[in-house]
Amino acid sequence: MHTAGNRHRIAESFAKDPERTLLVPYITAGDPDLDTSLALMHTMVEAGADIIELGVPFSDPMADGPVIQLACERALAVGTRLVDVIDLVARFRESNHDTPVVLMGYMNPLERLGYAEFADRAAQAGVDGVLTVDLPPEEGRELGAELERTGLDAIYLLSPTTPDARLQAVAERASGYLYYVSLKGVTGAAKLDTCEVATRVKHIKTLAKLPVAVGFGIRDAESAATVSATADAVVVGSVLVSLVGEHGADREAAKAAVGEVIRSMREAMDA
Amino acid sequence: MNSEAGIQKDQAIPQPDGKGHFGVYGGSFIAETLMDPVAELQQAYERYRLDNEFITEFEWELKNFVGRPNPLYHARRWSDELGGAQIWLKREDLNHTGAHKINNTVGQALLARRMGKKRIIAETGAGQHGVATATVCARWGMECIVYMGAEDIVRQAPNVFRMKLLGAKVVPVESGSRTLKDALNEAMRDWVGNVDDTFYIIGTAAGPHPYPTMVRDFNSVIGREIKEQSIEHTGRLPDAVIACVGGGSNAIGAFHPFLEDKEVALYGIEAGGDGVETGRHAAPLTAGRPGVLHGNRTYLMEDDAGQIIETHSVSAGLDYPGVGPEHAWLKDIGRVIYDAATDTEALEATHTLCRLEGIIPALESAHALAHAVKLAPTLSKEHNLVVNLSGRGDKDINTLATLEGITL
Repeated sequence: MHTAGNRHRIAESFAKDPERTLLVPYITAGDPDLDTSLALMHTMVEAGADIIELGVPFSDPMADGPVIQLACERALAVGTRLVDVIDLVARFRESNHDTPVVLMGYMNPLERLGYAEFADRAAQAGVDGVLTVDLPPEEGRELGAELERTGLDAIYLLSPTTPDARLQAVAERASGYLYYVSLKGVTGAAKLDTCEVATRVKHIKTLAKLPVAVGFGIRDAESAATVSATADAVVVGSVLVSLVGEHGADREAAKAAVGEVIRSMREAMDA
Repeated sequence: MNSEAGIQKDQAIPQPDGKGHFGVYGGSFIAETLMDPVAELQQAYERYRLDNEFITEFEWELKNFVGRPNPLYHARRWSDELGGAQIWLKREDLNHTGAHKINNTVGQALLARRMGKKRIIAETGAGQHGVATATVCARWGMECIVYMGAEDIVRQAPNVFRMKLLGAKVVPVESGSRTLKDALNEAMRDWVGNVDDTFYIIGTAAGPHPYPTMVRDFNSVIGREIKEQSIEHTGRLPDAVIACVGGGSNAIGAFHPFLEDKEVALYGIEAGGDGVETGRHAAPLTAGRPGVLHGNRTYLMEDDAGQIIETHSVSAGLDYPGVGPEHAWLKDIGRVIYDAATDTEALEATHTLCRLEGIIPALESAHALAHAVKLAPTLSKEHNLVVNLSGRGDKDINTLATLEGITL
């Protein structure tokens, strides 16, 4: 099967305006159902999202805090599978051809589907990048080859504990962007030191050519704006996911709440 | 007794490779933040596993604190009743804290001390590993936090109290299925947030490299003693060694020194729960398939979308959807035969051992006993079977009483 994933929407997004920091919201797909996720994806784009990270629910999300754990449980309770998340992206692509979508999740659902089948299906659906939290590049050769074959970006994490030599090795295997985990902790933890983040991001940019996105611990317009001074992209997840959790039953309320947070972050980042 | 043995004596088969792979299994599937602390641990373990001072201290602790060597005991009445092979029990239940788990926690605590880590975290299912961790933390004055599924806290109340007596903080885990796998997730999350000062003592032979190897090495004293004691009592190696397998730490410790002795049959017995055919069990090697969980590739209990499914077993310590990666490899190469025993079979074996030998086995170990019940009658009286009695059953008396409708 040949694939349609060769547009490199992620690189295009970063290239559009090098001065502008991109805003990358995350939601868990299927929370509380796939139709709501689809509506939220469009809402986020309208509110100023440049790239969407779509969480693939997993039963054992070891790197996630309680907010995203609960979102995974809600998504799994309605039977959301990896193939459903890929289909969701295809539905999103029916009307959105430009906003990159990155799937973020854990290895085991990909293992079960099979790397080649996963990559083919994802590229066909219009997915742009893949980030597997529990797959360091050292173990990622096989999946990496499939992503490359199908034109999908392999996005890897860097952390405050990543030594320089390793940082360079990771950067060599990555494409699209590097995702800097801005704190030692799980998603949604609240002890972000924005000065420390700025220092680290500047340092990463001396060692790697790819754009650097910063996530984990960005909770409001203020922290988004501060981080955007040095980062190429700001990722916001738990704050949105907790709003979806709060308003999940009322789709319009969830859309309004999520849209509002993204708009306020975008405004603060542009100010 | 192992002064010249070292911890790594039986490493004739070059497994794992330098990255912790046992064949296609094992490895390090962890979030980036843990890569550096795990690398630090790998380096420390590589250094100290061959360090004479470390090995001497480890062996001194095993002798004087744990109470090793424990006996290899000939269960004569039980053997006679089964009417076949002679059954020998490796009495890990007689260790300090009542199970094999202390072998590994002593080893990892000594390593943590050398690495300068003062805060210890652990996960526990049945509570035996939690108690063993709390014990070594008290022994060496380290802070101890134990994550335990809320479900298991109810099932294993006596062990929860033991941990508290020993000064540990027991944190109930309410996420997911509220059992061992969720406790492991939560401990990993703690570690990600506290990598600078925290040492994670994993209790089973799973997790990212080097844990499967390290836990195996610290427990291999079990198999080495079985070898020596078997020769002492019978003049030769046993015909078979049987051990229960949840994550597989007692089994890999008992099996590893025998891997090259092809004449010794090895049996790993998983938790068959209501019966493997019902789907309500905890037997990934018997009825699961390979995948990635908790830092390693191994056999898992999962649905057809790759989500981990709930396991079922009367024994909390075997109630785990994965298994150590070396077991996955030993299954594939055919060196160890893996099978399952049901709840009912394990409970019957428990009562038999109580009645005939005056020993109350842990429900986990009873799965291995249940396999001996099947195997012994097929063999002659000249055969010797060793069952690793990995723990004592005092912790299970509430479970046993409840099953009989008795409230203690």
